[in-house]
Amino acid sequence: MSSIRRTLEGSVLRDIALTCLAVLFIGLSYGAIAVASGFPLWVPAAQSVLVLAGASEFLFIGVVAAGGNPFAAALAGLLVNSRHLPYGLALPPGVTGRGWRRVSGTHVMNDESVVFALAQEDLPRKRAAYWACGIGVLVCWPGGAVLGALIGSAVRDTNAFGLDAMFPAVILALIVPDLRERLTMRAALAGAAVALIAAPFLPAGLPVLLALVAVLLLLRDHEPRGDHLPQVAP
Amino acid sequence: MKDTTLVVAGMATLAAGTYAFRLSGQLLRARISFPPPATKLLEGATVILLAALVATTALTQGHGFSGVARPVGVLIGGVLAWRKAPFLVVVIAAAGVTAGLRLLGVP
Repeated sequence: MSSIRRTLEGSVLRDIALTCLAVLFIGLSYGAIAVASGFPLWVPAAQSVLVLAGASEFLFIGVVAAGGNPFAAALAGLLVNSRHLPYGLALPPGVTGRGWRRVSGTHVMNDESVVFALAQEDLPRKRAAYWACGIGVLVCWPGGAVLGALIGSAVRDTNAFGLDAMFPAVILALIVPDLRERLTMRAALAGAAVALIAAPFLPAGLPVLLALVAVLLLLRDHEPRGDHLPQVAP
Repeated sequence: MKDTTLVVAGMATLAAGTYAFRLSGQLLRARISFPPPATKLLEGATVILLAALVATTALTQGHGFSGVARPVGVLIGGVLAWRKAPFLVVVIAAAGVTAGLRLLGVP
């Protein structure tokens, strides 16, 4: 932890801490909803540690509580979590750690840790931000879930405090620097539009994956541009 | 909860499969060497994924519309972030605006 503190600026650490706090609050509602749906405490507790991916856990609890088959619920959750594959492709090698450390470094991969890693400029900072956020979420998500399950109905409706707006706002704030590049902005808007159009018809998780077709808009940037360069006289 | 064994098996499937997704992207990345433009493309793809995640979590609930309060809060947070407001301000504003709108009866 001390090396994380040395590598990252205080402002980044503060942002990570705030993000983890938001995760804790969402965890509260997750634990409360799970218990209210008839699950014993150990279900959200175990899920939050072993799956460690919020949206898929909400979905699993929801499907099973509605009488669905747990395997069908797991498949639906896996569809939601499939975006972790492109995340792993995008992370520079070494961010998640090497050798045995990668076993745990892989587990703490989530939307927040990936977006904080990508926002940093060099590999040491990327790695420090990834681990700081990953460990923070590993503590706060299960912590919130267990606390929520214990407090119960008092925290079921965290929507009243606008907490459901926190997650998209966190992610949006972190990708804003990338969006200042016009081509990236255009592709991101196109991808978001594709996902939104697909959302009413496709199962959860698939619309976000479908957004990847917008990568085609980025390809134009990578065509050889030599012929557009002004000729330099010898 | 109906059948504990079945639920545990479902949970184990979800946990193992999620770990496999987290690992396989990294293994692919280690096996194939990407030229720098492709690496930049992969980062761009991640931004697209995250933007789509923002859009769907802000605007949808299940297969329907989330209501007005949440996307408005997120939008205000986005505008503040664009104008380089501190992260804390962005996140608190998004939650605050959403909560305020709901207090006023906006769905």
